[in-house]
Amino acid sequence: MNVELNKSDEHIIDINGLTKQFGENAVLEGIDLSVSKGEVVVLIGPSGCGKSTLLRCLNGLEPIQSGTITLHGEPVVHGSKTLYKIRQKIGMVFQSYDLFPHLTVLKNIMLAPLKVQKRDKAEVEKSAMELLERVGLADKAKSYPAELSGGQKQRVAICRSLIMDPEIMLLDEITAALDPEMVHEVLNVVLDLAKNGTTMMIVTHEMAFAEAVADRIVFIDGGAIVEQGTPEEFFKHPKTERAEKFLKTFTYSK
Amino acid sequence: MQEVKVLFMGSNFLRLLSGLWVTVRISLISIAFSLILGVLLGAVMTSKNRVVKVLCRVYLEIVRIMPQLVWLFIVFFGVTRLTGASFGGETSAVIVFTIWGAAEMGDLVRGAFEAIPRHQFESSLSLGLTKPQMYVHIIFPQALRNLLPNVINLATRMIKTTALVSIIGVTEVLKVGKQIIDANRFEFPNAAIWVYAAIFLMYFAICFPLSMISRAIIKKQRRGE
Repeated sequence: MNVELNKSDEHIIDINGLTKQFGENAVLEGIDLSVSKGEVVVLIGPSGCGKSTLLRCLNGLEPIQSGTITLHGEPVVHGSKTLYKIRQKIGMVFQSYDLFPHLTVLKNIMLAPLKVQKRDKAEVEKSAMELLERVGLADKAKSYPAELSGGQKQRVAICRSLIMDPEIMLLDEITAALDPEMVHEVLNVVLDLAKNGTTMMIVTHEMAFAEAVADRIVFIDGGAIVEQGTPEEFFKHPKTERAEKFLKTFTYSK
Repeated sequence: MQEVKVLFMGSNFLRLLSGLWVTVRISLISIAFSLILGVLLGAVMTSKNRVVKVLCRVYLEIVRIMPQLVWLFIVFFGVTRLTGASFGGETSAVIVFTIWGAAEMGDLVRGAFEAIPRHQFESSLSLGLTKPQMYVHIIFPQALRNLLPNVINLATRMIKTTALVSIIGVTEVLKVGKQIIDANRFEFPNAAIWVYAAIFLMYFAICFPLSMISRAIIKKQRRGE
């Protein structure tokens, strides 16, 4: 299944033969997937198909049973002592609002660059403010997470990952816990990132958004990649029956 | 009103204060031991090992179910009978309050850590923080914030419960009060109300500031919850 891309051929992430089990239960079976620089890959599929687990494996949050994951050729291994170095290059945003409640918005964003990357404080503060400006939250810099709405928290969480200058952003159902009117503001930020060439791997249930943001749609069902293609191909002419069936669950007719 | 002067006759007031010092001393030493042992116990209690978990639970429940007074009797009289080793009243008091305080403190520490959502750990790690960095900057500060008001609450409970130790012969503030009342029973039969009022104020002077600190912390936390 070859997909033509206008993106560079430089691979950021390579997944080869990844198998993941919870006990006896195989969640992912033989996943092969690569993401090129600047590419936006959207993983979709029914609940429990393993797409979120796949993202978590990419960040070494889950042990895998076989296969390899590499970031620019460097292996990502759960439990390895040097994992934290690779994680600095992978930004991840979760479904739940996971800002640090005891720190202000600005300090949430500045913590990792200061403590992990040991960057200069003035420079970090400047880029933190620029990022907040970009997502429209500069006036909230001194607020605590408890004072923000869900959508605002997610935008801050995105900034907190972006400031590390990651090679790839992993977004795990970042709007699933949000009220509908806040979904838009968060997804607009992601669309803006895509436009600016940020490499991303996104798990979402927002089909309209997936269609708009993706360079490539990867449809996962039963722990395996069933089909992949450009959004036009996938949404207009799905090749497999399973994809067709899945897409039908999003349309209604009387 | 006359009877008020009982408080200031002779060295009465000084005696009350020295009794208060015994109360404070027992409380402070017990609280200090409880904090140290409780933090260790709390760390053990978060263990995933089932045997360890059950043992900790049994310890905690036994300590909680038995009234502190019974514990005081067991340590002060019982241990002496069984082993021949005899502890003084104050030492027994410190032992009992430490056994109790450490158990409660351990449970508070466990609760404070378990109340931190799993995602706090995962987001810290996914930002590239090492485990020690994660604990120092993210987990401990949050656990401490959960913990502080409860620890202060426990400390005031321990201070108030030390009133029991007069029963095993420790002359703390309540005991001194009774002695003063008894010594003046014929001359000033109604002195008791004033002596107890003074003792009430002394406890209040110690516990109220602690409650205020706890309340201030909770109020401050509201903002950053």
